[in-house]
Amino acid sequence: MTIKELEIKSKEYRRKILKYIYKAKAGHTGGSLSCIDILNVLYNEILNVSPDNFTSSDRDRYIQSKGHCVEALFVVLADKGFFPESDLETLCQYQSHYIGHPTRKVKGVEQNTGALGHGLPLSVGTALAAKMDEIDYKVFTLMGDGELPEGSNWEAFLTASHYKLDNLCAILDYNKLQISGTTAEVCNTEPIADKLKSFGWAVREVDGNNVEALKDVLKQLPFEQGKPSFVIAHTVKGKGVSYMENQLKWHHGVPSAEQYELAMTELS
Amino acid sequence: MAVVDTSVGKANLEVFAETLEALAREDRNVIAVTSDSRGSGKLAPFGQRLPKQIVEVGIAEQNLVGVAAGLASTGKKVFAVSPACFLTARSLEQIKNDVAYSDNPVNLVGISAGVSYGALGSTHHSLHDFAVLRAINNMIIVAPADAFETEQAIRQAAALEKPVYLRFGKKNMPLLPIDTEGGKFQFAKGRIIREGDDLVLIGTGETVQPALEAAKKLSKEHNIEATVVSMHTIKPLDYDLLSELAATGKPIVTVEEHMIYGGLGEACASFLIQNGFKNPFKIIGIPDEYTVTGSQNDIFRHYGISEQGIASSFLNLIKKN
Ligand SMILES: [Mg+2]
Repeated sequence: MTIKELEIKSKEYRRKILKYIYKAKAGHTGGSLSCIDILNVLYNEILNVSPDNFTSSDRDRYIQSKGHCVEALFVVLADKGFFPESDLETLCQYQSHYIGHPTRKVKGVEQNTGALGHGLPLSVGTALAAKMDEIDYKVFTLMGDGELPEGSNWEAFLTASHYKLDNLCAILDYNKLQISGTTAEVCNTEPIADKLKSFGWAVREVDGNNVEALKDVLKQLPFEQGKPSFVIAHTVKGKGVSYMENQLKWHHGVPSAEQYELAMTELS
Repeated sequence: MAVVDTSVGKANLEVFAETLEALAREDRNVIAVTSDSRGSGKLAPFGQRLPKQIVEVGIAEQNLVGVAAGLASTGKKVFAVSPACFLTARSLEQIKNDVAYSDNPVNLVGISAGVSYGALGSTHHSLHDFAVLRAINNMIIVAPADAFETEQAIRQAAALEKPVYLRFGKKNMPLLPIDTEGGKFQFAKGRIIREGDDLVLIGTGETVQPALEAAKKLSKEHNIEATVVSMHTIKPLDYDLLSELAATGKPIVTVEEHMIYGGLGEACASFLIQNGFKNPFKIIGIPDEYTVTGSQNDIFRHYGISEQGIASSFLNLIKKN
C-alpha cells in the first residue's frame, strides 16, 4: 500500500473501533486508538499471515500482549478477511466469541491473552521453535507500557537475548498513560531504551502513529543479527479524536451519542 | 524400560528422565524446558546427549511456562520441568492462561512433589497443586505410583495433545505387584491393585505403596481384606470405578500426599455425596496447619500416611460407624 492508502486505512480502522465500542457499550478506546497504526502497518505491510496461510507452520505470528485493546485487533482481522466484519456486531454479547480480550475461538488470533506480561514469553517460545526448526518466520508482540513492570516480561527479555532471537520483535505502544495515571507516576520504567539495550536487545524509537515511519522501521528487521528487536513506538492514547487524546478517562471510556457523532465527524 | 529390582524399586523421577530421553531420541519435536532444574530433574544426561532438545530459561518459572506454551503452539511436544512447589504456584497464571485456556498442550512436570523435599520446609512443599489445578478447566492431573505408571504416563502425555500435569517424587518406589508383569495403564482409569471385601483404600502417586502395606497389615493382624486402588488420575476422576466400589457400601479411605482440602479425597467425597452414596468415608492427607518439620518419612508418619497410620484410620472409622 502507498502511505496515503495506509493513512486512509488507519482512519477507517479508527471509525470501526469506535463503532463497535459504541455499539457494545464497552471497550478499551484509548489504547485501541493509540496502537491501531501499528496493527495497520503490521497486517498490511509486514506480516506474512492471511486467512489462507493461517494454519501453515511458516506464517508470521502476531501475539497481542496488551489483550485489552482487542477492538483494534478484531477490526484489522475482519478487514483482512479472517471473519466477516458483521461478526463484530456481537462484540461482548452473550455467547459471542468476540469478547473483551483476544481468544483463539476467533480466527486469526494466535493466543488467548488479557492478563498482562504473557505475550512476550509466549512469543519467545514461538520464536525459539522457528530457530530450532530453521523455519524462517518472524514473531511480533505488541506490549503496553502499563504492563512493562510485570516481572515475567523481564524474565523473557533475558531469554530472548540469551537465545539470540533475531526473529522476534516486541513493539511497545508507548502512550505514557495507564489506568490510574501516567506511566511515570505509576511506576517509572525509564530509561526504557537503555534498559532494553543492556538486556541485549536492539532498540529503535519511532513515532507510533506515523504509518510511514513505522513501515520504514519495521522493514529493517532484524535491527541487528543475533539480537531480538525492540521498537519503542511513541503514541498518543486516544489518537485521532481530539477530546480523547491523552485523556486518562478514555482508557476504557465509551462515548455518548453526541461524543460518538463528534468523533465520527473528526475521523471522516 | 530397564529391568527394575522390584523390591528396592526406582524413583519415579529417574524413570521420567529415562523415558523422556527415549522419547526425545525417537522424535526431535520432544523438548524439555527447565528452570535450572536439569539437575533436580535428573535431566543432565538428556541435556548432554540431546542439547538441541532442551531449553534452559534459568530460574524464572513464569517464563518457563510461557515459553513452553509458545513452543507447544508450534507443534512441539513440550515437557516443562520444575519442582512442583514452584511450577504450580509461581507460574499458576501462566498455567491457567497460556497452557489451559489457550489450549497449548504443554506437559507440566512437577518434580519432587508433595513433601519430597522434607526438611527443606514449606517453601519447597507442594500440598496445594491438586487443588489449584483441579479448579482450572482443560487440565489433566496425573500422579503415577511406580516406575511402570510413570513410564506409561510420560508416554501417554507425549502422545496426547492436551495440557497435562504430571506429579511425582524422588524417592525409590517398589513396583506394585501387578506391574511386575506389565499391567494396563490409561489416563482417567483407576487401577485396582489388590482386591478385598471389607474396605476400599484409594491412594494416588506415592501413597499407593503405604496403602498397599496397610492392606497387608490389616489382613494379617485383623483378618480384614482391603481393595486397594491406584487413582493415578485426579482429574478427570474415574467416576465409573468409584461408583462400582462405592456400590458395595464398604468403607472408603483415601490417602494423598496433599492437603486434605481440594485433592483426591474431596474429589471422591464430592462425587459420592452428590450421587447418594453413604459409605463411611475418611480422607488421609496433610491437615490445614503449619506442616510438621522433618524428613518426608517423618512427615508421612506424623500424619498417618503410613502402613500403621492408614490401618489405624480405618479401624477408627469403623468404630465410629
Ligand atoms: Mg499505556
